Amino acid sequence: MSARNVNVYYGEKQAIKEVSIDVDTDNVTAFIGPSGCGKSTFLRTLNRMNDTVPSARVEGEITLDGENIYSSGMDVVQLRARVGMVFQKPNPFPKSIYDNIAYGPRIHGLASSKADLDTIVESSLRRAGLWEEVKDRLKDSGTALSGGQQQRLCIGRAIAVEPEVILMDEPCSALDPIATAKIEELIHELRGRYAIVIVTHNMQQAARVSQRTAFFHLGNLVEYGVTSEIFTNPREEKTKDYITGRYG
Amino acid sequence: MSGVAIVTIIIGLGVIAWLSARAKAARLGAASPRRSGDGAPPRSLLHSRPGYHGWYAALWVALPALAFLSIWANIMPGLVTERVLESPAAASLPEDGFARGAILGEARNLAKNPGAIAFDQRSQALVEPYREAHRFYSIGGALAAVMLALAGAAFAFTRIRPDFRARTRVERIVMMTLLCASLIAIITTVGIVASLLWESLRFFSMVNPLDFLFGTKWSPQSAALGYGNDDAFGAIPLFWGTIFIGAIIAMAVAIPLGLMSAVYLTQYAKPAARAWLKPILEVLAGVPTVVYGYFAALTIAPNMRDFAAWVGISGASSESALAAGLVMGVMIIPFVSSMADDSIASVPQSMRDGSLAMGATTSETIRQVLIPAALPGVVGGVLLAVSRAIGETMIVVMAAGLAANMTLNPFASVTTVTTQIVQLLTGDQEFDSAKTLAAFALGLVLFIVTLLLNIVALQVVKRYREAYE
Repeated sequence: MSARNVNVYYGEKQAIKEVSIDVDTDNVTAFIGPSGCGKSTFLRTLNRMNDTVPSARVEGEITLDGENIYSSGMDVVQLRARVGMVFQKPNPFPKSIYDNIAYGPRIHGLASSKADLDTIVESSLRRAGLWEEVKDRLKDSGTALSGGQQQRLCIGRAIAVEPEVILMDEPCSALDPIATAKIEELIHELRGRYAIVIVTHNMQQAARVSQRTAFFHLGNLVEYGVTSEIFTNPREEKTKDYITGRYG
Repeated sequence: MSGVAIVTIIIGLGVIAWLSARAKAARLGAASPRRSGDGAPPRSLLHSRPGYHGWYAALWVALPALAFLSIWANIMPGLVTERVLESPAAASLPEDGFARGAILGEARNLAKNPGAIAFDQRSQALVEPYREAHRFYSIGGALAAVMLALAGAAFAFTRIRPDFRARTRVERIVMMTLLCASLIAIITTVGIVASLLWESLRFFSMVNPLDFLFGTKWSPQSAALGYGNDDAFGAIPLFWGTIFIGAIIAMAVAIPLGLMSAVYLTQYAKPAARAWLKPILEVLAGVPTVVYGYFAALTIAPNMRDFAAWVGISGASSESALAAGLVMGVMIIPFVSSMADDSIASVPQSMRDGSLAMGATTSETIRQVLIPAALPGVVGGVLLAVSRAIGETMIVVMAAGLAANMTLNPFASVTTVTTQIVQLLTGDQEFDSAKTLAAFALGLVLFIVTLLLNIVALQVVKRYREAYE
C-alpha cells in the first residue's frame, strides 16, 4: 500500500501535508508523533474512514495493489473488507461473541454454510488468541468481556474477513499493561500474514512491535525508516528530540 | 385597607429588615476579633456573610405575615357575614336560608360596587353594616399582619450574633420553597386520582366491576332510560376500540414511518437538510389535535368509506376506525421519530465506525448494529407513544364514531374510551346516575393503563441509558 503527496483538510484546516509513504506488506509499520500530529487522520485515510467526516477532503493518491482507492471506480465496501481497522477504544457490537466475529463474513457473504461460518469464527478467534478463553461462551455478549478481551475480539472481527492490511489506531491506549502485552504478542503473530499499520503514543511499544516507523509532526511526515535506526540513529533533529522525550 | 397596600407594606418592612439586619451583621463582623496570622488575610468570625443575616430577617418579617394574610383572606368573608347578621338591620331577614343567602350576596355586591342596583330593598339596608364589618376586619387583619411582621423582625434581630448560622437557615428555607413547588404537581395528581377513585367507587356501587371490565355490551343510554344497570356498562367494546385505533392502526403508521424518518435524519440527511427537516417534522407535533380531527373526519373518513365500497368491503362507515387511526398515527410520527432519533444518536459513534470499517454499508450498519443497540430506547418511545395515542381524544371524538362495535373491520365504526367519556359528560348531566359516573370509571381505567405504560417505558429507557454511559 502506498501514498503519494497526500493532503487532508478538515474544512479550512490542513491536517496532513504532502505525505508520501510505502507500507511494507510483510512488516509492522508504526506511526508515532505528538498528539494532533495527524497520524490517526492519515491512518483513517488508508481505508477511507474519513469519508464519514463531512468536512474532510483528501487530495493525492493512495494505492492498494496499484489501484487508487480514491478513484471513482473504487467500492468503499470492498476496500474496507481488504483494509480492516481496529479502534482506540474496543467497540464490540452489542451482540454475542460469535455474532461479532461472524458479522463481517456474513455481510460479505464469505461463508456458504453454517459449518463454514463456524470454521471462520473458530479460526479467527484462535488467531486473535481468544479462542481458549471464550470457546465455551460464544453466545455471551461481546460487551461482557474485559477490555483486553474486547480489543482482541475486535482484532478477531477484523481478521475474520481476511483483509490484506489491518490498521490499528492506538489499540492499547485503553488497556492495562497485561492486556497490552497480549495485544503486542498478537501483533507479532499476525505479522507476515497481514500488513499491519499501528498508530501509537507509546514509543516503547513502537520499538517492540514494529519493523518500520514513521514519525509525524504537525501534519508532515518527518522521517520514515527501519524502526531500530529511527530509535538509535535518527536522521532528523525533530525525531531525535521526540524520541528522547524533549517534547510531545 | 386594600390587600395590595398591606402586602406592599409588608414587603417594604422586609426590605428594611434586610438592609438593617445586613448592616448590623456587617458591623458585628467588623467588630469581631480578627485572627490575623503572619501575613494571612484577616478572617471574620462571622459565621454567615451579612447578606444571609439580611435574608434571614427579611424572611422572618415577610413569611409569617404573608401566611397570616392568606389565611385571613379566606376566613374574613365568613367573619364579615357573621358580624352583619349580628347587626340590628339583619333582624328583618327571612328565615329561609336560600333567600337569606341571596340578600346577603346582593348586599355584599352593593357594598363593593357602589354603582350596582339593588333588586331587593332589604339588601339596601344591609349595605352599611357590610361596609362597616368589612372595614373592621380588613383593618384588624392588616394591623395583625403588621404586628406579626414587626414581631418577626424583632425575633430575627435578637438572633444576629457572629456565631449564628443564618446561612444554614436561609438555605433550608430555599430548599423548603423548592420542595413546595415540586409538591404542587404531585398533590394535584393525587387530587385528580382521588376524585377519579371516589366517583368510580360510586359507580361501582351501582354496577358490578366485573360486569364493567368484562362485559361486552355497552349501552349507557338504555340504563339512563330505566332499563336497569345490568348489562349496559360492559366496557370491552370500548377497550377494543381504543386498542384497535390507538395501539394497532395508529402504531402501524407511526412506528415504521417514525423509525424510518429518524434513521434518515440521523444517518443519511446532510446537516443542512436535517436543520430544516427536523423542525418541520416537529411542527407536526404542534398542530392542535382538533385540526387533525376535522382532517380525519372530513377528508380521510369519506375517502376511506368510498375506497371500502369500491373494493367491496361491507360494513364500511363514514366514521371508521381506519380514518381515526391513520390520522392519529400521523400525529404520533414526530413523537416516535424524536424518541428514536435520540436513542439512535446516543449509540456511540465508535459502534458505527466499527461496522463501517468492516465494510458494512450504511443500511447494513443501521439494520444490524444501530437499531439493535438503540432498540430499548425505541421500544420505550413506542410505549410512550401508545400511551399518548390511547389517551388522545379529539381525533377519535370527531372521526371514530359512537357505535360500540367489536369488529376487526377497520372500515367499520368503533368507539373509544375517551370518546365515550366526552359523550357521557357533555351537556346537562345529573351526577348521581350510573351513566354519568361511568365516565369516571372509564377515566380511571385509562389513567391506570397509561400510568403503567409510562412506568414501563421509562424503566426500559433508563436501563438502556445505563448501558451506554
